Amino acid sequence: MLNKTGVPTLEEIKSRFPKKGLLIKHKAITECYEEIPCNPCATSCPFNAIHIGEDINTPPKVDFNNCVGCGICVYSCPGLAIFTVEEHSDHLRFKIPFEFVPYPKQGETWHGVNRNGDIITNVDILKVSITEKYDKTALIEVKVDKEFIHDFVTIRRIT
Amino acid sequence: MFMKHFRLIIIGGGPAGLSAAKIAAESGVKSLIIERDFKLGGQLVKQTHMFFGSEKQYAKTRGINIAKILINDVEQNINMITVMKNTTVVGLYEDNVLTVLQGETYTKISFDSLVVATGASEKFLAFENNDLPGIYGAGAVQTLMNVHGVLPGEKVVMIGSGNIGLIVSYQLLQAGVNVLKVLEAAPTIGGYKVHASKLKRLGVDILTNHSIKKAIGKDKLEKILVSELDDKWEFIEGSEFEIETDALCISVGLSPMGNLLSMIGAEMKYISKLGGLVPVIDHHHETTIKNIYVAGDVCGVEEASSAIVEGYLTGLLVSERLGFRHKDFDNLYDDYNSQLDNLRSGPFGVRTLEGLQELRGERNVK
Ligand SMILES: Cc1cc2nc3c(=O)[nH]c(=O)nc-3n(C[C@H](O)[C@H](O)[C@H](O)COP(=O)(O)OP(=O)(O)OC[C@H]3O[C@@H](n4cnc5c(N)ncnc54)[C@H](O)[C@@H]3O)c2cc1C
Ligand code: SF4
Ligand code: SF4
Repeated sequence: MLNKTGVPTLEEIKSRFPKKGLLIKHKAITECYEEIPCNPCATSCPFNAIHIGEDINTPPKVDFNNCVGCGICVYSCPGLAIFTVEEHSDHLRFKIPFEFVPYPKQGETWHGVNRNGDIITNVDILKVSITEKYDKTALIEVKVDKEFIHDFVTIRRIT
Repeated sequence: MFMKHFRLIIIGGGPAGLSAAKIAAESGVKSLIIERDFKLGGQLVKQTHMFFGSEKQYAKTRGINIAKILINDVEQNINMITVMKNTTVVGLYEDNVLTVLQGETYTKISFDSLVVATGASEKFLAFENNDLPGIYGAGAVQTLMNVHGVLPGEKVVMIGSGNIGLIVSYQLLQAGVNVLKVLEAAPTIGGYKVHASKLKRLGVDILTNHSIKKAIGKDKLEKILVSELDDKWEFIEGSEFEIETDALCISVGLSPMGNLLSMIGAEMKYISKLGGLVPVIDHHHETTIKNIYVAGDVCGVEEASSAIVEGYLTGLLVSERLGFRHKDFDNLYDDYNSQLDNLRSGPFGVRTLEGLQELRGERNVK
């Protein structure tokens, strides 16, 4: 699947999520399944929460106990393969990377999109962070319905 | 006539050439960089995306900014490094002499040692009407877009799902171009899956086992005829369909640009894992012609990360041969080699390693 279409299976997706109960605070989910020579996620994390190790080809592994969900790895990953997610009683919050201008604005409603590129829901933009340090990759915090925890991946402007 | 002479000449101001010049300067060797373009940086100046690799080789920095860092390193060393831009090396001869073309003037320059860091050029794809306006190579599209700010069309189909095809598709989307499809002849996506996933979630389908049969249009591209391929890469009769598009971008790989080396009679070998015809080299990156060295994509198409490290390594070795041993030679030598080993240890890098083994029958010669 991933090899042919670029879409991981539900199994693969779930394998990167922490055990139930850990998502009361934002945690980083790394959707990087393949051995590629890359490691900025690990070197950018100020809390040493992403492990790649000596061999730069090893896929990243998140230590959910150390991860504080800051989102630094999210905008540092050149593959745009990391987001964070946090579970609330009646909704989810994601922090996703976004590289299309004009960026969304806080308070707007956008489409929520799945890994297949299909619109699945509408989401509220909670926060947009972009500074010099982010080097043109904005960090967007969005509010998403709970059922989409393994489906939501990005946003699209409503036209 | 008086001929200019340099102890070290480097052909090509891409990441490999710039890095070689930097370490040579640190070792105490003055050099001349000859670059045919109007600016230094090679392929990097077209890359607006964040780079992969390790932070040691500037991963997560955008290509164009890596170019700035490398160029700055060179400009810091103005006393040690001379740069000639808009100048193409057109001839290479025995007796350590080369000819350059600058505007309409040919000049001869001599050297003690030469590093050829000319990079790679795009491969063509044969199909009917492949010369219609609207059909571009991926490099040309990047130059149009990222250097000159011009879009190739409103709609585009990409041929090839290697990293370059995937990255350029993403850049086209960022520029507001509608990428209709990515076609890939092989049964699986060629580049990193993280790049493929990035496109897919933006709604771009990657069709594996598909390629273009012909381009259709009167004065410019109007549509393309696409066909499915079987396992033997043969078109499947009856599977054809048309896609209307005003641009087609071709990204089916790069081949090393070693024609200057062929010209002077350096031994070359065809190794498909390295991208095509590459010079035979020894552990010092020296070709079979004495005092002529190579670094970067010209001796095997890889990545900027490895081109930079190879440039450093070659600069280090050439300088030593010239009698200028870097004060930190041993440490640097080990460090560069282990960086290259590390970069080439995964399933993508292993192609290069295998190619290099084929080239020399042993490991880590490059
Ligand atoms: C779309 C795209 C995306 C990429 N993404 C990545 C990435 O994410 N990470 C990564 O590590 N790498 C990436 N790369 C690869 C990287 O850009 C190249 O591997 C790297 O630039 C090779 O460096 P080089 O110095 O060997 O050659 P080049 O960068 O090609 O430089 C060669 C230079 O030599 C000059 N030259 C050639 N012939 C002559 C002559 N006869 N006389 C004078 N000058 C000459 C050329 O003008 C050029 O400036 C990407 C490449 C492309 C095209
Ligand atoms: S979200 Fe912050 S703490 Fe967690 S892995 Fe990423 S960079 Fe580290
Ligand atoms: S930075 Fe991103 S693409 Fe690179 S290894 Fe980490 S998760 Fe994968």
